[in-house]
Amino acid sequence: MNDQSKAFTMEMDKSGSVASDTVMNPHKVTSRKVSVFYGLKQALFDIDLDIPDRAVMALIGPSGCGKSTFLRCLNRMNDTIPDCRVTGEIKVDGRDVHDPDLDVVELRGRVGMVFQKPNPFPKSIFENIAYGPRIHGLARSKSDLEEIVISSLEKAGLLSEVKDRIHEPGTGLSGGQQQRLCIARAIAVNPELILMDEPCSALDPIATAKVEELIDELKKNYCIVIVTHSMQQAARVSQRTAFFHLGILVEEGSTADIFTNPTDKRTQDYITGRFG
Amino acid sequence: MSDAIAQAPGARTRENYWRTNAAKRRVRRRYAADRRLQYYGLGSIGLAIVLLGILFSSLIFSGYVAFFTTKIGLTIYLDPNVIDKANPGAANYRKMARNAFFTYFPEVTSPMERRQLGKSLSSGAPYVVRNYVIAHPEEIGDLVDIKVPLSDPFDQLSKGVIPREIDALSGDRVALFNVLKRRGVLHVENDKAYVKADVYINPGDVPEGDVEAADYQRMVDEAFRTFYMRAHSRAYEEILSQDVASAVKARVLADPALVGKTIQVNLPLSKHYDNLARTGEAKVLNPRFSSEKDLQWFDSLKKRGLLTTHFTWELFFNADSRFPELAGLSGALTGSFLALLVCFLLSFPIGIATAVYLEEFAPKTRWTDFIEVNINNLAAVPSVVFGLLGLAVFLNVFGLPRSVPLVGGMVLALMTLPTIIVATRAALKAVPPSIREGGYGVGASKHQVMLHHVLPLALPGILTGTIIGLAQALGETAPLLLIGMNAFIPSIENMGLLQPAMALPTQIFSWADSPERGFVSRTSAAILILLSFLIIMNAIAVYLRQRVERKW
Ligand SMILES: Nc1ncnc2c1ncn2[C@@H]1O[C@H](COP(=O)(O)OP(=O)(O)OP(=O)(O)O)[C@@H](O)[C@H]1O
Ligand SMILES: [Mg+2]
Repeated sequence: MNDQSKAFTMEMDKSGSVASDTVMNPHKVTSRKVSVFYGLKQALFDIDLDIPDRAVMALIGPSGCGKSTFLRCLNRMNDTIPDCRVTGEIKVDGRDVHDPDLDVVELRGRVGMVFQKPNPFPKSIFENIAYGPRIHGLARSKSDLEEIVISSLEKAGLLSEVKDRIHEPGTGLSGGQQQRLCIARAIAVNPELILMDEPCSALDPIATAKVEELIDELKKNYCIVIVTHSMQQAARVSQRTAFFHLGILVEEGSTADIFTNPTDKRTQDYITGRFG
Repeated sequence: MSDAIAQAPGARTRENYWRTNAAKRRVRRRYAADRRLQYYGLGSIGLAIVLLGILFSSLIFSGYVAFFTTKIGLTIYLDPNVIDKANPGAANYRKMARNAFFTYFPEVTSPMERRQLGKSLSSGAPYVVRNYVIAHPEEIGDLVDIKVPLSDPFDQLSKGVIPREIDALSGDRVALFNVLKRRGVLHVENDKAYVKADVYINPGDVPEGDVEAADYQRMVDEAFRTFYMRAHSRAYEEILSQDVASAVKARVLADPALVGKTIQVNLPLSKHYDNLARTGEAKVLNPRFSSEKDLQWFDSLKKRGLLTTHFTWELFFNADSRFPELAGLSGALTGSFLALLVCFLLSFPIGIATAVYLEEFAPKTRWTDFIEVNINNLAAVPSVVFGLLGLAVFLNVFGLPRSVPLVGGMVLALMTLPTIIVATRAALKAVPPSIREGGYGVGASKHQVMLHHVLPLALPGILTGTIIGLAQALGETAPLLLIGMNAFIPSIENMGLLQPAMALPTQIFSWADSPERGFVSRTSAAILILLSFLIIMNAIAVYLRQRVERKW
């Protein structure tokens, strides 16, 4: 084991009883034999993965292995890509997301998403956050809406920074603030599951730390799935980790196990930096 | 030294490779190519600017005079006995205006002369007076000062566009005359010019020795022709005065022994050539004026300070007229506005709906590909074809009326549609996918993402395309001519979507076709106005484009 993975192990030890409390929680998402095809090209092969509630699940793996693709299956974002086909069964809260009776808009309301690149709408900060609650009819009155906006900003740890410019354009914020604005936007619709696709890849270490703190805070109430290329990050924020390779789910387990004691050779190679 | 190394086989190491002469030459060539490309660009931009400059300056040079009109102040007594207060439009304003004008020339009394004098006043003057009275009915019974325009030739004369006199002889004629000058046979005596010619008194032209009845004209012609042995026409004959023959005849009558001999005669020249020989130029009154008196009257008015120059508001507020000094663009502007309005109302929603469907909703099938290709092709179809289509479909099949802005706008909409569709699709494509993802991510449905996020961001681009399409439509002539939108509309009162009309470009077209001098400058002025509208529209488009760039 090299120095890098030793460092992970030490971090793991400090955070204490990580593995034990995840086991308690029921599974929020269960997927069985999920395969995804882009046209004729198969991007995911028979993925079976269960994601616990009120915890953070990290998806890691080399570039192009299908992490984003899997993430996008969970709120059916792949529907927006022409000629993308998903097979298999994905259940969120025991309900199949491909059930014809299930409204995809409602699903996306329940499963929020934060993207790799911060993508606030070119509108005011207030409008950015108010948009979701408004289209879902979550606010009964104007003051309701204001309350939602303020509490979302608060939860995203952004309120103190933008208090007095809440009606200025969201695109005027710094990259890290924009990303937290996107997180606030996602939690404003009161989702049960938040998907984050490399949320910190465009951020500096300080902004990253803030987002990570936020994730730590959010996991008390939400189920979070995060894709990351930083193994330190995965180690820091997640309780469970899944390793993908070439469209295959190689290994899944508690974060401490995956980083200290991987069963598969490929996992070990990846986390020790031998490829990826 | 590096050469020697480079040429030795195997010695091309990395370092000296970049120092060989070949490498240096390559660098020089690359720089030269860069510079050449720059010069080509500069050259073509320069050429475009020069050509544009020439276009604009020639338009402004020939058009600016149309922005000024010469007017004369008339003092008119609005006689309540003549003008019916209840119906002020019906009085004989022609007589009123002319009589007021004639008071400036009390010495002109004969009906003939008065008729000629009256022609100095614009034929539209009575309407100016009439409109004044209708606008100010309370002044009936008063003595009022009204400025009315002069007729076109005098307006142009006052502005210095046309001269009083023009050359009497064409360049060809002057060239023929110069043949004589070069031969040195011209001479001037007692303020009259002559050609020295040797005339052979041909016995054959003297019937039976009767010198009275001899054909002296023939003899002179024969003699004169020697100067023009190679001339193709007999135009030179008009150089000589009508009565040359009599000069010869007098000589021969005095001395019948001259028959059969050659004598030198001074042949007098006809009027214009005589002037040309003596003074070097031959001028006649400009045929736009009927006599010198016209000019005397004009000068007298001018000397008395009665003529004033005004900005031609008529150009904007009058409708078309047969008299250039009164013709204006308000009819054409109204017609163009109505047609563009129809065009916008049709092409904007249809174009956007089509583009949104094709871009966002249409499945990628062979059919949609086919439609896409054809829309792009439509943008390149010549406008006259759309005009023919409009003629065949809107007029002949649907039976809509001819010449009306509704049909004009429909035809223009056909033309503008592809432009708007292409621009809208480009604008939709330019909206970053991350915005759509953000929208979908918070659970917006397809139409919500479209309406709330994509369209607002694409709108500046869409508007830019629309304005450019409309600007094209504004300048389009051929399709409007085909559906007859070049009607003569002397008043804008009755204009409407279903009334005959003309548009700016067709108005320019018909003015350019008119013979009156005043319409030449009116045409240029109308083109300037059309161009300024296009520039304004394009400026708006540029402004919108900059706004969209500022957004991201
Ligand atoms: N829209 C698409 N059309 C076609 N193929 C796609 C599309 N999106 C992804 N793929 C393919 O699917 C595979 C998985 O892509 P995916 O984006 O899920 O990788 P990833 O693990 O997220 O990689 P990265 O870490 O670089 O983001 C890749 O081979 C990619 O080429
Ligand atoms: Mg990815």
